[in-house]
Amino acid sequence: MKYLPLVLANLGRHKLRTALTILSVALALFLFASLRTVVTTLAATAQFGGARRLVATNATGIVFPLPLAYANRLKAVPGVEGVSWANWFGGRYGDGKRFFANFAVDPESYLAMYPEIVIPPDQKEAFLRDRSSALIGKRLLSQFGWKLGQNVTLQGTIFPGDWTFTIRAVYTPTDPVIGDDVLLFHHAMFDERIGRAGIAGWYIVQIDNPDHAPAIAKAIDDLFRNSSAPTKTGTEREFQASFATMWGNVSLLMGTIGLAVVFAILLVTANAMMMSARERTGEVAVLKTIGFSDRKLFALVMVEAGVLALTGAAIGLGGAKLLYQATNFNGMGFLPGFNVTAATLLLGGAVAVALMLASGLVPAVRAARLPVVEALRHVE
Amino acid sequence: MKVPILYNVRSVLQRPVSTALTALGVGLVVAVFIGMLALANGFRVALARTGSDANVLVLRRGADSELSSGLGRDVASMIAASPHVANGADGRPLVSPEVYVLVPFAKVFDTTQVANVVARGVSDQAWTVRSNVKVVAGQRPASGRAEICVGQRLTTRFPHTGIGATLRFAGRDWTVTCHFTAAGSAFESEIWGENEQFMPVFRGQFFQSITFRLKDPAAFDEARRALEGDRRMTVDAHRESEFYAQQSQLLGVILGYLAFGITSIMAVGAVFGAVNTMYAAIAARGPEIAVLLTIGFKPLSILTSFLVESAIIAAVGGVVGCLLALPINGIVTSTTNWASFSEIAFSFRVTPLLLFWGLVFAVVMGVVGGFFPALRAARLQVVQALR
Repeated sequence: MKYLPLVLANLGRHKLRTALTILSVALALFLFASLRTVVTTLAATAQFGGARRLVATNATGIVFPLPLAYANRLKAVPGVEGVSWANWFGGRYGDGKRFFANFAVDPESYLAMYPEIVIPPDQKEAFLRDRSSALIGKRLLSQFGWKLGQNVTLQGTIFPGDWTFTIRAVYTPTDPVIGDDVLLFHHAMFDERIGRAGIAGWYIVQIDNPDHAPAIAKAIDDLFRNSSAPTKTGTEREFQASFATMWGNVSLLMGTIGLAVVFAILLVTANAMMMSARERTGEVAVLKTIGFSDRKLFALVMVEAGVLALTGAAIGLGGAKLLYQATNFNGMGFLPGFNVTAATLLLGGAVAVALMLASGLVPAVRAARLPVVEALRHVE
Repeated sequence: MKVPILYNVRSVLQRPVSTALTALGVGLVVAVFIGMLALANGFRVALARTGSDANVLVLRRGADSELSSGLGRDVASMIAASPHVANGADGRPLVSPEVYVLVPFAKVFDTTQVANVVARGVSDQAWTVRSNVKVVAGQRPASGRAEICVGQRLTTRFPHTGIGATLRFAGRDWTVTCHFTAAGSAFESEIWGENEQFMPVFRGQFFQSITFRLKDPAAFDEARRALEGDRRMTVDAHRESEFYAQQSQLLGVILGYLAFGITSIMAVGAVFGAVNTMYAAIAARGPEIAVLLTIGFKPLSILTSFLVESAIIAAVGGVVGCLLALPINGIVTSTTNWASFSEIAFSFRVTPLLLFWGLVFAVVMGVVGGFFPALRAARLQVVQALR
């Protein structure tokens, strides 16, 4: 510890170089944390799903509906405790530039099945009572400047026409993956307006015991196997994961770029460290002459590299964490719950340590092995 | 008088390691820059090439994608009778009323990954209407049979897509009779069959879109007015090329932002590296610079000379970056186009223009990074430095 002033003095000699090196490390780790968080957020979306919730969709494909009449038959399957249904609406608001999910749900059963959706009791009651009302995520309030009680009109893309809803309730999700920018409205009203077509996009089935999930899923699929609309039933997690995998190799892409960034910055830092070490050859010789051991000199150079790398890491990783938290970033709705995780911060720290070792090792070894007599010749 | 460039080149060679490190740093930035733009480029090209200027795509009014549209048979026959539709060699109108659906398929390399693949039911005129579509192997599906033609890009990524294989979807077995290409466009990620075969097994008596060839490609606006003004149907008419370009907009914009954001942050890091290197270079060469000033070189020449030196280092990095980025050209990747909800495969496209911009970008980084160090060199106090 008593050598700290010496390390600081060395770093302070070229203030600009030190600052630039720290900043480039900070930028690299900021980028690293951001890219990795895209990957972890996508992974978290794929992991989402209540253990006791199954999702049944049309076996032909997600875009095909199921008959509404399946609800009663699903309720009769042994082990099923509750059934709810929803239908993707795909409405656009305004110019449609800002996309958000909106779908019709059977409100009572849906909210009962999703305790993650938290609504003030009075608002919940108002929403349930008013068939032409909508329940919206709290982000939509700030995004469009909507207010409780206001009428909003969506243009249907799949179901043509103007659809007006009264905002009766605002929810806050306890699980960020659910997303706080969704608009939900009454399926009964939806069905009436499309001429009682009696369709549901997907069913959510609550079961008594997670261990029974495969058996119940099979029982459901067997039930409808020979009907005009066979089902494909799986856990909610599988359903979510099928969306996450649609991104294809985005994760790989982000990982590759992250590596390239880290490597590029490693070069910059290593270069700066070597330059500053080369300039101080004479000084190191003097320190050796007055009794500093080789090991101590090695440690001094490593500590210097460590200060550069770790300060940069703290700024970059901390900055990423705070920035995304403060701006409530969600990747235009595609990355709900975007949050730099502790694991990412730790990994970033490990990268910083690796950076310190890689950039400090050569100069440190060189300092430790420096032949004093030869080096002193250059000291004026 | 100008300081000869040879001086800079020799100086650069004096410190090979630090120059190489800086150049490599710049090179990586340039490589990522080119790589990300090549990705965005490939995606845009795949969708932009999908449509033709001479074709019109008709959807139900308000529908923003083929998936959300629905048109009855009456609309199809009204459009076929429209005077704006071109006739084929056999005298029949070049119209293709199409069934457009998504079917889930497991991928070849990882069966837990499911992708939504477009299945398009077309009329036999479609092969003429879409002039970029070419059957490369096998025979076109025969009318009235459960046969399909598979896009070239699907064949390597999904099982049971070889000619003669049977692919099962929508509760039926379909025999693959041919493979087709479509000039690298999104059609290559689709499965084509006959519309009358697809209609009953999917969504009932509806087409999703109707595409026809214009009799006079310049008369698009006229045709559009006629169709949209027709009281018997509620449709939107799009120029096919514009429609597919529109479909790529969302993802194209996201990729563009990503490329811009990531590379600009990386560029700042690389510029810092260049600044460090140049400051060190100048500090080490103080007496040398002083001599140059003493023998009569103007400070402006010194400034230019050091900027050139920095630019040379960066340009070397730029070339390295281009070389690093070149091998990704043509690599096929896939993602979901969220605007149409379907899986689309496309390849990275590294164009000469992109390489050129990569080099320009590198030189700009070098000049920006070298400016302040060069300024310091130019302002050097001769007497002090000569001591």
